Amino acid sequence: MDRARTAAAPAEAPAAHRTGVAVEHAEQRPPSDGEAVFAVRDLTVSYGSNPAIVDVTMEIRRGEITALIGPSGCGKSTFIRCFNRMNDLIPTARVRGEITYHGVDLYGKGVDPVEVRRRVGMVFQKPNPFPKSIADNITFGPKVTGMKFDPDEIVERSLKRAALWDEVRNKLDDSAYSLSGGQQQRLCIARAIAVDPDVILMDEPCSALDPIATGRIEDLMRELQERYTIIIVTHNMQQAARVSDRTAFFTAEVESEENDHRFGRLVEYDLTENIFKNPQDSRTEDYVTGRFG
Amino acid sequence: MDTQPQTSAAGTPAVEVGAAERGSRSRMDLGGRSRPGERTILAVLALCGALSIFTTVGIIVVLIGEASAFFRHVPLRDFLTGTEWTPQAGLERGSFGVLPLLNGTLLVTAIALLVAVPLGLGAAMYLSEYAPERVRKLLKPSLEVLAGVPTIVLGVFALNIVTPALRGVLGAAGIEVDFFNALSAGLVMGVMIIPTVASLSEDAMSAVPRGLRESGYGLGATKRQVAVRVVLPAALSGVVAAIILGLGRAIGETMIVAVAAGNLPTITFDPTNQVQTMTAYIVQTVGGEAPRGTVKYQSIFAIGSLLFAITFLLNVAAQRFVRRFREVY
Amino acid sequence: MGVATPERTVRKALGELQRPAERKTKERVFRFLLFAATVVGVVVLGVLIVSVAIDGVPRINSTFFTNYYSRFPERTGIRSGLTGTLSLMVLTASFSFPIGVGAAIYLEEFAPKNRLTDLLEANVSNLAGVPSVVYGLLGAAVFVYLLDFGRSLLAASLALSLLILPVIIVAGRESIRAVPQAIRQGGLALGGTPWQVASRQVLPAAMPGILTGTILALSRAIGETAPILVVGAAFTRRADNVPWEPLDSFTALPIQIFQFVSNFQEEFRVDAASAGIVVLLVVLLLMNSAAILLRNRYSRRW
Repeated sequence: MDRARTAAAPAEAPAAHRTGVAVEHAEQRPPSDGEAVFAVRDLTVSYGSNPAIVDVTMEIRRGEITALIGPSGCGKSTFIRCFNRMNDLIPTARVRGEITYHGVDLYGKGVDPVEVRRRVGMVFQKPNPFPKSIADNITFGPKVTGMKFDPDEIVERSLKRAALWDEVRNKLDDSAYSLSGGQQQRLCIARAIAVDPDVILMDEPCSALDPIATGRIEDLMRELQERYTIIIVTHNMQQAARVSDRTAFFTAEVESEENDHRFGRLVEYDLTENIFKNPQDSRTEDYVTGRFG
Repeated sequence: MDTQPQTSAAGTPAVEVGAAERGSRSRMDLGGRSRPGERTILAVLALCGALSIFTTVGIIVVLIGEASAFFRHVPLRDFLTGTEWTPQAGLERGSFGVLPLLNGTLLVTAIALLVAVPLGLGAAMYLSEYAPERVRKLLKPSLEVLAGVPTIVLGVFALNIVTPALRGVLGAAGIEVDFFNALSAGLVMGVMIIPTVASLSEDAMSAVPRGLRESGYGLGATKRQVAVRVVLPAALSGVVAAIILGLGRAIGETMIVAVAAGNLPTITFDPTNQVQTMTAYIVQTVGGEAPRGTVKYQSIFAIGSLLFAITFLLNVAAQRFVRRFREVY
Repeated sequence: MGVATPERTVRKALGELQRPAERKTKERVFRFLLFAATVVGVVVLGVLIVSVAIDGVPRINSTFFTNYYSRFPERTGIRSGLTGTLSLMVLTASFSFPIGVGAAIYLEEFAPKNRLTDLLEANVSNLAGVPSVVYGLLGAAVFVYLLDFGRSLLAASLALSLLILPVIIVAGRESIRAVPQAIRQGGLALGGTPWQVASRQVLPAAMPGILTGTILALSRAIGETAPILVVGAAFTRRADNVPWEPLDSFTALPIQIFQFVSNFQEEFRVDAASAGIVVLLVVLLLMNSAAILLRNRYSRRW
């Protein structure tokens, strides 16, 4: 980032040359023709009287990896938690606007957040396995959702898909806490896969991990993309560039002069390649070139 | 316990400006002052702190001392395995088997735990996972009030209110209930230890990190499933500690059983029967005046030793579990 | 490759997002059961207070306070019990408060962090779990016989002091710990010795909390029956107790209640016992209100 900033300071060269970020795979993939899994219209989320994110409109397409990036305080974590109604757990949170999931209003009357979460899985910032055995962590979801399942089979399948099987196949009954941080996070991904969701939300899944563990999770995301739609919040622009098909850039705006309260706004949403190589908005350009934040 | 005058005059010599202004001492003289007054005070304070050790040692010495006098007359084996407890018959003709008293204690305790464990855990889970802040602020202090009611009051309540009600209800069903009975005492004792079980369990449940709950919800668990399958197992060692502490309180509780459970040492598993517990025996015997040196007097110390040993072990176990749940998070 | 979502998932995704009615009921029933479990204790407390009041209040009149024990139920009174309880309270407070505060200061401000201190701490929490009747046995053996105080007010209040010391120490340590480190550093930087800082800055700042804890501990002590029964409280005492005659024999309010309830005559067992309980509960209520008042008025937020 520092390198990019120094380079960018005097120059007015095209953005693509100035970004310190490589867009690795954009060429390999055609933009998805997939239908919208989620359609967000004029979404505003507030905590009490403080807005956290304002007037977001965008679509998430099936089979893609969508990255949400932006400076801290831009409400990207708040936003991702709308897709599985995790914000319902915060008593003061209020959601206005509309999110549809395959055309169904997610916040419509009679929609049960529990049913939503059974279709839209989530992986959190810090690995948070249950203090139980590895196998128990995997079978928790199938159990609570009342699936009929063969425990051995589902444990093996989920761990294989999460690329963790070979490392833990001989210690499935060990405590999940005996694993390393990166392994724990892959276990959390395996756990989310076990209920066979439609979408997987990842809220800065690598922020607590070292680069090697991060790399493995990124590889894993590309594999998971075959079966699942993925939305990822990341503070790491390289990561967004490496793994995502589309990127949404959010800014943090200051509400007023008197208080320092910040809220987020969607600035630009496009194919990842365009966001990094050819941003339309100057704020995006500043951010991805490291001039900001 | 006021400070000695010379101490305050000397002060701490390290502050250069202060010393200079005072003018009484050289700037360079930073040597330590001896402050005999403070040393005495500290010694007295340390003694206060050590008093709790003396108390424990005192309890153990006293119990062992008097109990060993008892065991000179009554073999320990007979005491621990005998099924009859008739100390009033005197040393020659009476028998001193503690099992009937132990039976009474365990019967009442079992009833109490049957009440307190589900209710206490339910309350803990409600307060930690469900209760809105307003309701919590109202209910928690109320439970604390319950914990502060003197046990003699609860004993009178058991005898005068609960027992007649039980006799009415169960009598109508054809079950005869003694005037003094284990059931009434056990039920009231159970209510008494609800706060003990609830309070520590709630601490343990509240200490479960939010992230664990969130990952439960994220996997599509309902609130009930998160409470039962995520929070409860994660808080288990604290919950176990709470139950052990409750158990200890039930075993050591005296006045409820002394008033409402009776004074007839019997071996029975029928909760409608009259029993005598270890603790009730102690107070009922002293109430009947047991002069020092008699076997009766020594017997209450023997019972007290057993009581102390049981509750001590339970306390140690509970502390182990408490430490474990503090370590995890 | 991108659009590989299996048919099955689509069907599931498009399926009903509404909550099955059965699960809704289960969730509600569970929540209600937990709520019920929480209020059982409170309801029992309510029933206890109301029923005791119904039985006891009609029995209370002025002679109930001014008469000594009598074997005629209509003439009996709690005068000796009340004076005994008040004297026990004064004596117990004057033993346990200074010792408890001293121990709390020592453990919190001066004790070196070593295994001995760990032992002290573990010991305090163990003592809190010792059944109160065992303190009675200790009191009987040590204070009544060994130190030869007899079955006296002094022996009983010493036993009660030992009983509530752990409570006072724990409360004291908590309030001392709540005093911010800045106050200590400020005092030390001005050239105060550790003891001067502890006694003149830390202790006054912590005092409201310590007093609250002490009052609550005392209110526990005066409700205790078993230990003073074992120490040798008298059942049928017909004289006042005063704290300045500590070697007097004694009785106390809970002892009188126990004595009433042990009598098979209903006028004693129900009426007099309940009346005694009403008085005892009022005394406890007053003490607890004082503690809460103290806490609300003087407690500082750091």
